[in-house]
Amino acid sequence: MSIDIETARRVAKLARIRVEEQDLPALAGEFNAILGFIEQLGEVDVEGVEPMTSVTPMRLRRRVDEVTDGGCQAKVLANAPDAREGFFAVPKVVE
Amino acid sequence: MMSDLSSLTIAEARDGLRAGSFTATELTAACLARIEAADALGAFVHKTPEIALEQAAAADARIQGGAENPMCGVPIGIKDLFCTQGVPSQAASRILEGFRPEYESTVTTRLWQAGAVMLGKLNMDEFAMGSSTETSVYGNAVNPWRRKDDATPLTPGGSSGGSAAAVAADLCLAATGTDTGGSIRQPAALTGITGLKPTYGRCSRWGIVAFASSLDQAGPMTKTVRDAAIMLGVMAGFDPKDSTSADRAVPDFEAALTGDIRGKTIGIPREYRIDGTPAEIEKLWNDGAAMLRDAGAKIVDISLPHTKYALPAYYVIAPAEASSNLARYDGVRFGHRAKLAQGDGITEMYEKTRAEGFGAEVQRRIMIGTYVLSAGFYDAYYNRARRVRTLIKRDFDLAFEAGVDAILTPATPSAAFGLGEMADADPVQMYLNDVFTVTVNLAGLPGVSVPAGLDAQGLPLGLQLIGRPWEEADLLNIAHSLETAAAFTARPTDWWI
Repeated sequence: MSIDIETARRVAKLARIRVEEQDLPALAGEFNAILGFIEQLGEVDVEGVEPMTSVTPMRLRRRVDEVTDGGCQAKVLANAPDAREGFFAVPKVVE
Repeated sequence: MMSDLSSLTIAEARDGLRAGSFTATELTAACLARIEAADALGAFVHKTPEIALEQAAAADARIQGGAENPMCGVPIGIKDLFCTQGVPSQAASRILEGFRPEYESTVTTRLWQAGAVMLGKLNMDEFAMGSSTETSVYGNAVNPWRRKDDATPLTPGGSSGGSAAAVAADLCLAATGTDTGGSIRQPAALTGITGLKPTYGRCSRWGIVAFASSLDQAGPMTKTVRDAAIMLGVMAGFDPKDSTSADRAVPDFEAALTGDIRGKTIGIPREYRIDGTPAEIEKLWNDGAAMLRDAGAKIVDISLPHTKYALPAYYVIAPAEASSNLARYDGVRFGHRAKLAQGDGITEMYEKTRAEGFGAEVQRRIMIGTYVLSAGFYDAYYNRARRVRTLIKRDFDLAFEAGVDAILTPATPSAAFGLGEMADADPVQMYLNDVFTVTVNLAGLPGVSVPAGLDAQGLPLGLQLIGRPWEEADLLNIAHSLETAAAFTARPTDWWI
């Protein structure tokens, strides 16, 4: 599997990371080095082996479905780059 | 006298505080003074002397009243990955610049409740992604150790490199670390200290900035195995806020350090003999096995056949989880937001914010993770890696079922390397640092690195012991025996002062 510049551009877009056009070839090269290393996994016989979902055999705990926290709007917004009138503010989303 | 206090172990400090030989305030002041003189190490990136002195005064009052907790009055450093209320918690990333959590991680909460004293936050690789603390937005952390007659600055390892440097340089008595692929054990080995990664689920992950949630685990970085036992006892415990936290009793780990390992079976995995491992590390490994044999343990050769596939599996699973975990850094709720141009919409805000906020290695891993999870590749990469992970864990299960109590391996494939030395290498070369440690995270096991000797250049080398799940007590007892036999007493010179 080899990653071309078009694939690198697509992955950057999916990851929501801006990558300048002139940096794409180097990025594709790095992806190829890492994926080349990962390719070794193809040698392993995994027939009939379940993909691991939990490293410790445990049931995910459940809790009662009730409100345990809240009423801390100021704390929630305290670290926002732009908070106005009790909300997170972002650029216009809908035209 | 005052400056010597910072070189105490936790156990020595506990005894001295209880005996009234010195106060927590004096001990804290000694550490703060030493930290002030150690900026060249780049270890402490946010200092909190006011909090430290306030906590020390409170600890002194508790000790006067007969405090029972062994960590009461003990000054420690906290890796920048832990959220600490009102104190910058940046994961060494630009994207969390200015972030001051409104809450405290469970592990640090437990430490403060025990009476421990926070000296400040410690340097690390950005989002714990790295093995040299060179991906930090704060700049490099520097190893207190240098090669003989050579002033080349060396890496303290990573990602918990600031924690390792701080403990090795006696800036604090101990520090917290986190370990996703070796990030406690590798830096501990490269700086001549003890580093323990507990069983997955032993310490709560709540309030620790997430990297790869199925692998991340917090643990102590200390001067001795005894201190690791004491500190783990405080850090560990069930937390309903972490859905994978184990609801099990926390044993008295220190009481388990009997020094008696007669009849224990120690496995030596043949797959860990890797081409290109320096002869010194091979010798150290053989010497370590001989020490445990002399202490009464039985040494057996074992096979962990899928070892070779651990690193490639890790470099699918960890980036995949990271790409999902780090999606939250979007410039909306916390941290950095890029300056936008006229007409930029929300997509441009995300893309510019993340391009500016994340460093090169973090961007690379997010994108690799995005790729292996994308339509058409999910089965070929992500599911295959998770199947291989099942096989890696099974290798360990079979060894333990056959009667092995612990497994002895080298901790790292080399001693500390020079800062910048790996700059031109491809990313995979850096990843190879974790070749001996990463299996333990994939299998969820406890592992500890113990300083065991010096190489020809005078740099520390560590050995790793891997234990059965939940048997940290037994593992620490074996590590304690190894520590006693290896009698590692070398110290770095204070060249930075």
